[in-house]
Amino acid sequence: MEKYVQMEQVNMTFDTKRGRFVALQAVDLTINKGEFVSIIGHSGCGKSTVLNLIAGLLMPSDGVMLCAGREISGPGPERAVVFQNHSLLPWLTCYDNVYLAVERVFAETENKAQLAERTKSALALVGLTHAELKYPGEISGGMKQRVGIARALAMEPKVLLLDEPFGALDALTRANLQDELMKIVEATNATVAMVTHDVDEAVLLSDRIVMMTNGPAATVGEILEVDLPRPRARLQLAEDPHYNRLRSEVLKFLYERHAHKLAA
Amino acid sequence: MSNVVALKSVGAELVTESATVIPLPVAETESAAEPVSTGYRRAVAPEWLVTALQRGIPMLVGVLLFIGLWAGLSQYAPNLPGPIKTWESAKLVFAHPFYQNGPNDQGIGWNILNSLQRVGIGFGMAALVGIPLGFALGRFKILSDMAAPVIGILRPVSPLAWLPIGLLVFKAANPAAIWVIFISSIWPMVLNTATGVQRIPQDYLNVARVLNLSEWKVFTKILFPAVLPHVLTGVRLAIGVAWLVIVAAEMLTGGVGIGFWVWDEWNNLNVEHIIIAIFVVGIIGLLLEQALLLLASRFRSE
Repeated sequence: MEKYVQMEQVNMTFDTKRGRFVALQAVDLTINKGEFVSIIGHSGCGKSTVLNLIAGLLMPSDGVMLCAGREISGPGPERAVVFQNHSLLPWLTCYDNVYLAVERVFAETENKAQLAERTKSALALVGLTHAELKYPGEISGGMKQRVGIARALAMEPKVLLLDEPFGALDALTRANLQDELMKIVEATNATVAMVTHDVDEAVLLSDRIVMMTNGPAATVGEILEVDLPRPRARLQLAEDPHYNRLRSEVLKFLYERHAHKLAA
Repeated sequence: MSNVVALKSVGAELVTESATVIPLPVAETESAAEPVSTGYRRAVAPEWLVTALQRGIPMLVGVLLFIGLWAGLSQYAPNLPGPIKTWESAKLVFAHPFYQNGPNDQGIGWNILNSLQRVGIGFGMAALVGIPLGFALGRFKILSDMAAPVIGILRPVSPLAWLPIGLLVFKAANPAAIWVIFISSIWPMVLNTATGVQRIPQDYLNVARVLNLSEWKVFTKILFPAVLPHVLTGVRLAIGVAWLVIVAAEMLTGGVGIGFWVWDEWNNLNVEHIIIAIFVVGIIGLLLEQALLLLASRFRSE
């Protein structure tokens, strides 16, 4: 299998007012082509830092970061990010938000009609053709997040990075979007890294779950292979003993071996 | 559904900003919920009328109280003309707003237009300099650190203190008055624009970084739209300051203008005209402010 994203012995320290803060220590992580990897851990464990490093929004203090064999030296459209709070530009319509990304990536090689076609098909993929001329302020949180996903997918990234993409949504909307995301990933064969703190979400969507220890100096604790057959159906899995075994594996890691010390 | 909610909140904002009422999509469901079974249709005043009355009546009462207070005061101060005397005088003043009897005796219309022109030129130049300067200060920390002490010292200076400098440099009264407007109205635009640039949410900048947008695209698609509300706030404050300063500046420089008119009428001991001028200045200031608020509301996102 082709290694698409590689992190080798990556350290990340921040200089704060109270001195150096070691966020990540010796993180090793590999994501293969076409794989869906979730990064899970308690809040403050640096899982978003891992994602920002892959995105290139942060530079590691130490260690090697590669994407498709090339060093990650900054952000770029081949590593598209879906941010937790959607980050749509409120003064652009949904269409224009997606078009901005499409134009950036494909304007050099394609004409206007092709760019428009790409924008429309990305919005169609997330089922938002009817809302393309609306502004982000006029649509619901779930729809905004779908536009964010459409914007990321439209760039045809090598890796899709999701930073707690459904964290701010209600449970029903979240379940809907998870199902949609699963279909889209299956259809596009995307390589995905997703940060989450939702155990069910991680098990349902992932091929592998990277479980992180608590910070400071957090690192990869364990990696769990999720060998459930695809396509996966939420309702059937609920009674699947293997699914529940995997789920309790993650729960045990989070709440027994690396319980969050509230007193600390 | 979310669409309806969004429209509702926009409608609510508009109502608080001005008296205009846009028909809400919920009106339909409200009328459907009305009790029809009684056989009567309750007479319901149209919604816009209710809102207009709710806002209009307190306003009217306030204005009437003020005029009453003024009338009462003028009874005890014999030099102060009362509302009726002022009104009679105003009718004469506004009967021929654009007469011209030589350079020192012109209609109120000319005075107003001359003042507006000075404010327009001084304020316009301040905007041309101040808004780009604000962008530069907001974008580059080194520049804002450099400018901070200079702006800190210059900003609190009374606008009229700049007048001698203007007279010295331009050797003429009119450009000196414009200069005073320029220097006093530039600060709100510089500071508000700079603050706006500094307060752009990191999310928007992250989008720009992930997309690797060109500087030009970052400016047109992210920086400018995100800062526009702040710029407009600065513009509104600046217009307010400019209009505040023009009366004082014109009193000192002379020529044709509402400020000079006030001074002239004081020399003629025509107190009614001074009071008329105060109202004219106030109403024009209010109109300028409202016009800019209206402009700002059209550019507000979300």
